[in-house]
Amino acid sequence: MNKIIQEIKKSVLSALWLMILTFPIMVIKVNSYEGVVLWRWKNLMWIGIGTFFLSWLWRFLLDRKENGPGESKPDADRDGKFSLRKALGERKVKIPTLAVLAILVLAFPFMVKFYQVGIMTSALMFVILGLGLNIVIGYGGLLHLGYAAFYAMGAYTYGLMYLYWGLPFWAALPLGAVSGAVFGIVIGVPVLRLRGDYLAIVTLAFGEISRLLLENMSGFTKGPEGIAQIPRPGFFVKLSLQGATTYLFYICIVLVLFAIFVIRRLEDSRIGRALEAMKEDDIAAQSMGIDLAKTKLITFALGAVWAGMVGVVLAAKTTYINPGSFTLMESVMILVAVVLGGTGSIPGVILGAFLVTLIPEYFRALADYRMLMFGVALVVMSIFRPQGIIPRVRKRYLVGEDKS
Amino acid sequence: MLKLDNIKTYYGNIQALKGISLEVKKGEIICLIGANGAGKSTTLMSISGIEPPRSGSIFLEGIDITGMPAHQIVTMGLSQVPEGRRIFPQLSVLENLDMGAYLRRDKEEQKRDLEYVFDLFPILSQRRNQSGGTLSGGEQQMLAISRALMAKPRILLMDEPSLGLAPIIVQQIFGIITRINKEQGTTIFLVEQNANQALKIADRGYVLQNGMIVKSDTSSALMADEEVKNAYLGV
Ligand SMILES: Nc1ncnc2c1ncn2[C@@H]1O[C@H](COP(=O)(O)OP(=O)(O)OP(=O)(O)O)[C@@H](O)[C@H]1O
Ligand SMILES: [Mg+2]
Repeated sequence: MNKIIQEIKKSVLSALWLMILTFPIMVIKVNSYEGVVLWRWKNLMWIGIGTFFLSWLWRFLLDRKENGPGESKPDADRDGKFSLRKALGERKVKIPTLAVLAILVLAFPFMVKFYQVGIMTSALMFVILGLGLNIVIGYGGLLHLGYAAFYAMGAYTYGLMYLYWGLPFWAALPLGAVSGAVFGIVIGVPVLRLRGDYLAIVTLAFGEISRLLLENMSGFTKGPEGIAQIPRPGFFVKLSLQGATTYLFYICIVLVLFAIFVIRRLEDSRIGRALEAMKEDDIAAQSMGIDLAKTKLITFALGAVWAGMVGVVLAAKTTYINPGSFTLMESVMILVAVVLGGTGSIPGVILGAFLVTLIPEYFRALADYRMLMFGVALVVMSIFRPQGIIPRVRKRYLVGEDKS
Repeated sequence: MLKLDNIKTYYGNIQALKGISLEVKKGEIICLIGANGAGKSTTLMSISGIEPPRSGSIFLEGIDITGMPAHQIVTMGLSQVPEGRRIFPQLSVLENLDMGAYLRRDKEEQKRDLEYVFDLFPILSQRRNQSGGTLSGGEQQMLAISRALMAKPRILLMDEPSLGLAPIIVQQIFGIITRINKEQGTTIFLVEQNANQALKIADRGYVLQNGMIVKSDTSSALMADEEVKNAYLGV
């Protein structure tokens, strides 16, 4: 009984606090045309009631997290998840699942309306961006907030090379990858000695500087006006809008697969081990003989390659680019996809990227609130599931032992 | 084997080492003692290239390694057990050991060395698949030593291997340090607060005070020295 009274007290206090806090924006509305002030007291009531119950729920969840879900629900939940993972690992299940998935993906452009293909292509582009940033953040442990700059680099590689030399898409794609990597190294060199928050701030600044440069070097980059009429890729012949969009969809699928392949190889490689060590303890890593500078630069380059390629795809897909597409917001959204999905986890990042792009797309009503929504999601996740929706399962490698 | 000549190391404007010169001969166990903040860890970090000195020179087997990057110095047969152990917490014991052998490509020999460190510290063998971060302090120290050994160093730098360990474990660790020195012929440069024990196993010792070497002698002479007795041996 006493406990309930206390809970009520806490909830009432939270409700009052939020009512006061939101009073100026939720209640007062100034109509400057008629010079009157509207007092929307009803809003206040809703906020009060809402906060009262939500804060109760919040504390209930927090409590449950700390003290476990009670006795009635033992590890059933966890076991269930584990066996799903295990089942997917088994050949008998894995191959048919992959086959069905492959057929679905291949048939996708012919099963849905045309504009859906475009949306899905954007989502896939985001998946590749997420996978790329994940190399830097998830494997290298380097918090990079200027990732959109690499993305811009790729897009402008295609845009400018087309503008000045008429370079086609397929020549621009590898060049975009290369220029992404080179730019990754160029940005990497000055930040070699930084880590953690400092690295985050400096990379953020680099991201913004790159965008401002694109905006202000108008002679060369056409500035804020952007570059228009960049051609979509052709397939031997010039494709219709529909054909080109479908084509880009398949290109993105191939790039996603390629990225997954490369990242999995990376995990098993010496560089993968070096990354692991660097992320865990950089001084110890140096004492093991790991070249930190080289490893960091490789990380930046490997992460930036993907952004460079996706940049080229973006330029081809929208046929128009301007610096406005590569703001800090873009970097943040990619970061959200990685963190929400599960830092360091390939399936996690893929899911995260889909969530971040598709939810605002299909729930148009929510689109305006998407930053708010992702903000709330991040806060909730960091309290209840900080490893992300699909956490990383680290492969253990064994030395001198049977690989069992 | 290792020779420091007038090493001066700074942290920003703060001078931590004010001209250190010392020498470690092949096969020796050398002990560096000194109070907190004397610059013992800085000396090791300067040797291993993590905090390169601003002036002076360091020679490893006659080769000038001053200013060489840390990872390159490792390739020359120098390994260190850093202050505070610095185990990779998410990696298993085996993976930590494997990291120690990062530069090596001789799989067969690595297996033998793994057997050797498991023989030195059987507890690590039992904990081989446990994450480094969940080991006890003493176990972590054993892992840190083993990890450094996995690089097959000719000279091993150790920063306070006995820090925070129970007396019985301290005994054990010092015993093992001697064993490594005898069995593997590894030269050992040891930094210790636990001067009493350290001098017992060392051939010679240096006393560091405010970034300067103030005394150097054989272990037995240092142990008999009145000043050293009062300041560091607590007798
Ligand atoms: N990263 C750093 N930045 C600035 N000053 C430092 C740094 N590391 C050490 N110092 C300073 O350098 C001096 C020597 O430090 P060092 O760590 O070498 O001492 P130590 O002899 O190892 O001491 P302890 O026995 O406590 O480990 C100290 O005065 C310390 O405050
Ligand atoms: Mg120290």
